[in-house]
Amino acid sequence: MPLPMIYVDELTRKFGDFTAVDQVSFEVNAGEIVGYLGPNGCGKTTTIRMLLGLLAPTSGSATVMGYDAFSQTEQVRMRAGYMSQKFAIYDDLTVWENLQFYAGVYGITDRARIAETLAHVGLTGHEKALTGDLSVGWRQRLALGIALVHQPKLLFLDEPTSGVDPTARRVFWDLIYDLAAQGVTILVTTHYMDEAEYCHRVGMMRNGKLLAMDTPGVLKQRYIPGEIYEIYAAPLLLGLAALEKTPGVLRTALAGDHLRVILEPGSGTKTIQKTLQAAGVTVSSIQPGEPTLEDVFLALAKS
Amino acid sequence: MKLTLKAAKLENWKTGKRNNMITVTNIQKSFGHTHAVDGVSFEVAPGEIYGLVGADGAGKTTTLRLLCGALRADAGDVTVAGYDIRQQTEQARAHIGYLSQRFSMYEDLTVLENIRFFAEVRGMKSNEWYPRCMELLDFVGLAPFKDRFAGMLSGGMKQKLGLASALVTRPQVLLLDEPTTGVDPVTRQDFWQLIIKLVSLTPGPSPHGGGENEFPSPAGRGVRGEGVSVIISTPYMDEAARCNRIGFMRKGQLIAEGTPGQLRSILDERILELRGSPLPLLKQIAAQQPGVEDVRAFGDRLHLRVEAGQAQAVMRLLKTTIPAGGGTLLDSRPIPPALEDVFMALAHDE
Repeated sequence: MPLPMIYVDELTRKFGDFTAVDQVSFEVNAGEIVGYLGPNGCGKTTTIRMLLGLLAPTSGSATVMGYDAFSQTEQVRMRAGYMSQKFAIYDDLTVWENLQFYAGVYGITDRARIAETLAHVGLTGHEKALTGDLSVGWRQRLALGIALVHQPKLLFLDEPTSGVDPTARRVFWDLIYDLAAQGVTILVTTHYMDEAEYCHRVGMMRNGKLLAMDTPGVLKQRYIPGEIYEIYAAPLLLGLAALEKTPGVLRTALAGDHLRVILEPGSGTKTIQKTLQAAGVTVSSIQPGEPTLEDVFLALAKS
Repeated sequence: MKLTLKAAKLENWKTGKRNNMITVTNIQKSFGHTHAVDGVSFEVAPGEIYGLVGADGAGKTTTLRLLCGALRADAGDVTVAGYDIRQQTEQARAHIGYLSQRFSMYEDLTVLENIRFFAEVRGMKSNEWYPRCMELLDFVGLAPFKDRFAGMLSGGMKQKLGLASALVTRPQVLLLDEPTTGVDPVTRQDFWQLIIKLVSLTPGPSPHGGGENEFPSPAGRGVRGEGVSVIISTPYMDEAARCNRIGFMRKGQLIAEGTPGQLRSILDERILELRGSPLPLLKQIAAQQPGVEDVRAFGDRLHLRVEAGQAQAVMRLLKTTIPAGGGTLLDSRPIPPALEDVFMALAHDE
């Protein structure tokens, strides 16, 4: 059994009275893409900073590629790549110059390596472009190139796709899948629920605690408490009020122009149909809904 | 331009614009050489939630600023509740509530004092603002915290205070600039419930007529329904699905508009999900098939976008070409398209 690439045990970090990361434990295996999902301020970035040895934990331990994240920081940083939320790229340098500069930080002067890295992130032909003129999506690819130039086996990506459009986001994920196929392990943070679906496994973080970590499929199966239905009915608010009091209805929410409910497993839709009719609500359709990771998050946050 | 306010409003009504709370016609705004907003037009009806969906830099925030008159358009028109934002800025603004991306509040004032400040700045008298503030605090669930300093509120509570402040003057149009970006999903869910409740009401007789058209709020008391129109910007596709209508923004332009259902129907029977192994090989083979427009990895699956009417043909083809290429196909099926698929297909067509 090979050692996990990342091994985190009861990791905790406090800032004064505030516990930013609260007894977090998880493992990431070689070749995995693991997502770390949670809102701003939930402790995602603090976790990554500790794994990179940029911040000491209050208690707990972490090993990264077999090295202690806190006493063998240099070993970790030589072997891991990091793309931070707010990456520092020099706007007044060209694409090539930026990459050359960061390669130099790692002692890499080989021009072929730099060209190869640019090809990898799809920026060949744009070497002379001024970085300040690049679109958000291209800047992000350059930032990825910078994190990759020393050919790390492990890559930390901290909200890499924040603010880029869906097309650029997909292109970026294609790059991530290519890297994973070449054996690079990836830990990526995001606050996009739908983006977490791209990961092999997803950890859900809230208020410093890791609530669960598993594949998207297993998370949905295990934590969504019942069956999801989309109910098109009018008037909407009357329907909401009626269903909130109905036994067997675990959650009712307004979803744009319809209601979204979670029903106890096996309870069927007959009862709610009757309840709605009795309340004077006209039901036009009731359809099964697709479970989402947001449903999982809401269920976990409630428990 | 000499028209009285009433006449101007009447004029707009006569020209058939009375059904829209907000009408945007070909607005443009450049900053230097950047066309931040490049000929955008749309209309929002009373009681409608309209989503401006796009990435950072697509022009969402600039559009909202043009709508509330915080920025002046280089060209084009905006009318709010029948008032021209350029000619009748004050009257138009009186109907607008605006919650900016970074809502600022006075952290050393209490919740109630913060709303009071907003109300008084907008010219509300004390016999008006107090009942309205209490009503709103009830509505957003902050009534028990009215005497708490704003600096001591959680992120979600601050956002609700922002919403309450934006609603204090009973605006008919509510502009929300990325209110949920990076916000806790639980807070996001709560926030959306409030927004949908706001618009799901039948309009009250008149904002100043005193007629009560209440709906139950969590605390039992009510907020008068004004059939508020909401324009919300968001980068989240899953959130866009909650709007009544969506405008996709890209590079300063609206590239498509419609209800979530209408937009998704563009790609009905055109998204296939494939399971099998090895995934990189499947991806390579799928990309070479005629009729396949796009192939993306999606966790342990592949999503294919195929040309209209080609789904069955492509699935048949893959059943032979994948085994022939040395791969295993476990399953292939058409799946309902997501809004993200639609956005990408539209961007692809450009």
